[in-house]
This record gives sequence, C-alpha cells and structure tokens, in this order.
Amino acid sequence: MSDRLVSRRGFLSSSAVLAGTALAGCSGGSASSDDTIKIGVLEDRSGNFALVGDPKHKASMLAIEEINNNGGIDGKQIETFSPDPQSDNQRYQELASRAIREEEVDALWAGYSSATREAIRPTIDRNEQLYFYTTQYEGGVCDKYTFAVGPTARQQLGIVLPYLREEFGPDIYTIAADYNFGQLSADWVKVLANENDANVLGEEFIPLSETDFSSTINNIQEADPDFVMSMLVGANHTSFYEQKASAGLEVPIGTSTAMAQGYEHRRIDPPAMANIYAGVNYMEEVPTDSNTQDGGFVDRYFEKYPDAPYLNEEAETNYFSTYMYKEAVEQAGTVEQPEVIDALESGISLGSERAPEAPEGETIELDGATHHVDHHMWVMRADDQHNVEAVENRKIPEQFLSETVGCDLREEVETTQYTPVDYFEEAQ
Amino acid sequence: MVNGINLFFQFLDSFGFIVLAAIGLAVIFGMMGVINLAHGELIMIGAYGTTLVANAGAPLVLAMAAGVLAAAVAGLIIERTIVKRLYHRPLDSMVATWALGLALTQVVRIIFGNSLSGIGLPFGAIRFGAFSYSMYRTVLSVVALALLVGAYLVFTRTEFGIRARATIQDADTARAMGVDTDRMYTSTFVIGCALAGLTGALYAPALSIVPGMGSTFLVEAFVAVVTGGTSVLLGTTLAAGVLGSADALFTNLYGTFIGQVAMLILAILILRFLPTGLSGALEDLRERIGGEN
Repeated sequence: MSDRLVSRRGFLSSSAVLAGTALAGCSGGSASSDDTIKIGVLEDRSGNFALVGDPKHKASMLAIEEINNNGGIDGKQIETFSPDPQSDNQRYQELASRAIREEEVDALWAGYSSATREAIRPTIDRNEQLYFYTTQYEGGVCDKYTFAVGPTARQQLGIVLPYLREEFGPDIYTIAADYNFGQLSADWVKVLANENDANVLGEEFIPLSETDFSSTINNIQEADPDFVMSMLVGANHTSFYEQKASAGLEVPIGTSTAMAQGYEHRRIDPPAMANIYAGVNYMEEVPTDSNTQDGGFVDRYFEKYPDAPYLNEEAETNYFSTYMYKEAVEQAGTVEQPEVIDALESGISLGSERAPEAPEGETIELDGATHHVDHHMWVMRADDQHNVEAVENRKIPEQFLSETVGCDLREEVETTQYTPVDYFEEAQ
Repeated sequence: MVNGINLFFQFLDSFGFIVLAAIGLAVIFGMMGVINLAHGELIMIGAYGTTLVANAGAPLVLAMAAGVLAAAVAGLIIERTIVKRLYHRPLDSMVATWALGLALTQVVRIIFGNSLSGIGLPFGAIRFGAFSYSMYRTVLSVVALALLVGAYLVFTRTEFGIRARATIQDADTARAMGVDTDRMYTSTFVIGCALAGLTGALYAPALSIVPGMGSTFLVEAFVAVVTGGTSVLLGTTLAAGVLGSADALFTNLYGTFIGQVAMLILAILILRFLPTGLSGALEDLRERIGGEN
C-alpha cells in the first residue's frame, strides 16, 4: 500500500491535472485511460543501489514533468507507476509483473544492475513489454522488447582504454566486481587490449560485499602495470580508492564505473580519486552547451531537486530515453507497443537542435537494428583537488551486436544476451 | 604469491576487522544472550556520528568520541524501550532487533540521504620494497587487541564486571546479594553498544559512509562470536586469530572471494567438530591435561 501512497503524493505535488487519474490508479487494476499514457519507473531509492538509482528516478520524473508541462505526448499527459524496488531483485520481479499485468504500463523503465535486468527480462519478454534499460552495462543484449540505451562496456572502455594506452604504456591490470557485469567487462578489456596492442598482466574479481583491498593493492604493486582498469561497483568497493591512496599506490586508473555513477570525487576526500580517468557518455561535468548553459540540463535538474547531491550518468540516460519514447509514440501515432517498437526501430535521434534532449553531445542516435545507442563518449579525468575535466571525446557506435554478432531485431525476433567469449579468442 | 610480509599484514588486517566487528556483539550476544541483529546499525551510528562531527571541523579523535557517545546513547534508548522486555527471549529479541536495524537504516537514509562525504584515511603508508600498506588499517589491529584486553580486564578484574557477570548468570541470586540487576543489564548493554560505536568510529575513515554499511560487519561478527564459544572474550580473540589466518592465507593465494569462502568453511568445520567453540575446546584441553597430571 505504501507504494501507492508514494506515487499518489508525487502526482499531487507535480500536477493538479494528474491528481484525478492518479487517484484512479490507486484503486488498483485500472488500465490507463485513452487520454493518458502510463509509464512504469522502477528505480532504487533505498537499499544497496540507492545512491545511483535515486538520480535515475529523479531524472525520469524531471523529463515526465517537462513533457507534461509542454502538452504531454500527442496531447496525452503521462502518469507514472513508480514504487521503490529497494535494490531487491525479487521485489523487482514482483513489481515488474504488477506494472505489466495490473497497471498495464505502456512502457517500463526498470533497474540499475545487470543482475536486476536479467531477473526481470524473462517476464518482460513473456509479456512482450516495451522496456528501457538505462544503465551502462556489459553489452550484448539483443532483445526485441528491450531497449538498452545506456553505453556498453565496449563503448565506455573503448574511449578510455586506448587513451590510457597512448598516455602511459601497454601493461594493464584489471580489477572488477565479481558478477556478470564485472566478468564481461573484464573480457572486453582483454578484447580492447588486443585491438590496441596492449596486454593484460592480471585480473582480479572482487565480491560486492568486500571492503578490504590490501591484498588487491599488493597484487597490483607486484604486477607493476602502466595503468589499472577498474570496474568496481557499489558503496563497498568505493573503499578501494581511499585505501589505495592511503597505501600510496599512484598508478593511473581507467574506469567505466567510478565517478560518473556514484560521484566518488564528491564524496571522498581529495586526492583519493586523483588520476582516475572515467570513460563515460555523461556526468554532471560534461562540458556541452545543452548540459552546462544557463537553463541547461544541470540547471533544470537542480532547480527541481535543489538538495540532490549529483546528476549522474544513468540519470541522463533515463532523461533522454523518456524523450526518445515521446518521439516514437508521436511518430507511431499510438501507444500500442508493437507500433511504438516499430517506430523506435525506424531510428530515432535526438539532436542539439532540439535540446534539452541530448545533454551528452550533439546527437544521440538509436540504432533500430540493435536497440542500442551510438553515444558521444568522453574521457573525464579528476585532478588532485577532484576537479574533473574532459581530456578526450568522440562518438562511438555500438559495435558488438551490429558488427560482430549481426543482431538485427527488425528482421528477427530474439531475446538473447551475447557475450564476447563466443566471438573473441582473447576473451576465452 | 605467498610472501611472508604480505601475509603478515594481510593477517593483521583480517584479525583487526574480525575483532572489531565482533567485540560489541561479544558482550551483547556472547555474554547477555541477546541476539542483536541491529549490531551493524549501531556500528553505522558510530560511523555516522564520527563522520558528521569530523566534517563539521572537529579533530578526528574528538569526532570518534562523539561517534562512540552516539552509539552509547542509542544503545541506552534501545535497551530501556525494547531490549529490556526481551531478556531470556532470544527469538523475540532476534525479530525485534532485526526490525530495529531496518528502521534505523531507513531513518538515517531519510535524514542524511544516501551517503555522507567521507573523511580521508590518516597516517599514510608503510612501504616494503615494491609493496605498501595503509598505516591506519595496520594500527587498527593493534587497537583491536588493546580493546580485547581492556574488555577482559573490565569484566574480570573490576567490581562492576563481577556484578555484571553475576547478574547475567543468575539474576535472582545477584539481586538477593544486593546487586541492582536492572542497572547491570542496562550498563552492560550500553557498553556493548559503545564498543560497536567505537568500531564504526574507527572504520569511518576507511569505508563508504552509507546507511547500509553495518551489514558489512554482521557476518564476521556473528561467525566470530559463535565459533569463539563459551568464554566470550577469549573466544573472540581465538576466532579472529584462526578465521583471520584462513582469510589472509587464502586471499593471498587465490583472491578475496576464496578468502571469504575459506573462512566460512572453516567456521562450519569448527562448529561441527568443536560444538563448544574454540574457547570451549581450549578449556576442555586444559582440563584433560590437568586431569592427567
């Protein structure tokens, strides 16, 4: 019941127009009526992933509020179903089922971790539910109903690893969280190392519960690499950066996970994050006009949420994908999901002409064949005062599904996740 | 690669962590028999108190004292309102303190948000050749040992300690002897909470300050107290030594994941073959040797 109360409160405060329909939603079981569109937003506001999930939720609400204030989607106001899944995969499964069967959402945004996505994807596929997964992830999901619009490991590592290879040398040591995301990201490091004439000296996988990194630090010192690639995840792993600074380990570190998601450079005392290079499509400091200008994305976010600590990578993905959905519905002229999926597959791009939709770069293009996005990627470096600056940027398309696997969801309906092990010798 | 110096520092780190995770629980669960599943949250309160006061500009030692005080006050309130009614009802105390832990985590999240900005680790590094260690985490293991000795002396050598243990062993007789058992229960519980708070205070610079941080300590804490066995403080020391060695050795050989697996398998073996725990086994051994003489 409390979920419903929360969503009701959100509605009442955001828009009086919505109040009536929101209350109707509280009675449960009612499908969205013809003049509203119902969106499910399941993002963690408590539990282990609250730190990264809360900005996602906030950014979705910002996009929805903006769209509603500007006349909605094709004149229809958006209402939301957005209980807190509490970082609990079982709860995600229950809430995803409820969103689909009882709330009959027209589109669903859900989940931070890859483990969560894989926990709910069978339900999504069985119900042929249009689903946006907005976290950066290991890549490879070729799924008719899933639009994985965050950057993939190949895109994130693909900007930062070649940069560090040029700057510091060929020897890499990999540390990664011990679950599907970390394991597959580490495989991508090996693939990219091979492509960039670098070598991986060693790799280490660390359980999410671990907070003690002294042996890891020793192993890095023993291997003596030119740089470290870090795909550590979650609050516990943040201790690594403090401990390596305290132990005096000064090797440059490339990462796809630190800073952009959990804003470690704001939370930890300098200089623990000095010389850390994040490969990202977005973080609050990304120096584009649509992001930083007066009235830009950052301004609008903090105007709505003055107490929010940070505007993170995934928040931007939730934000632009909501606009992407709007484009698709308007193009399709209906919220019927097969038609909307067709519209998305015809290729949607959000450009700076129509800012605020693309805070990360000039354009964000959805590849209809793979349901992935060609992102504008940045290498962001923190200095010893934890000031962050962009040192490199370019557009990187999704490559694995489009070029290596040959996934084309317009031609063939699939729900498979492909992994680099099946395609690259060096990942085996 | 096993390297003697690496292994030694790794052991100190594991030992310190297990002792500090367990010490507050050793008093509350080990001595008083209250299954306190809010133990992690008391550690979290200690860490939050320390971080908030340190971020306000106070020196670290003062901030740590504030963290300990915060946990002690929280412990006093919890004992007076909830735990007081649940002595000798271990299952009820388990459910009540678990719920309390969830509530505390959520209250802290509502008040302070999803994280606090941390305080840096003091002291810097110790270096050996190509290797280096965080000085602070090494110091923690020494502090852990000192705390164990201190707690042992308080509970065995002071009048307070004897009254407290008498109360817990046989409250009726103790009361007949003129001991204010109510106060003894309260003060013992508060000491346990203050120790948990101290753990939080000591680890505040080394960990991410998030509402759920207490769960990091819970497994090690219960495993150490249970495998430690009948003589609580001695048992905790032995358990931290034995489990810490396994953790350090296997972490050093095969990485952190196998280190944790090895530690938990060893705990299962200890409970299977030494049902009275490590300290119980040690006492049996001492008696048997004594008997033969």
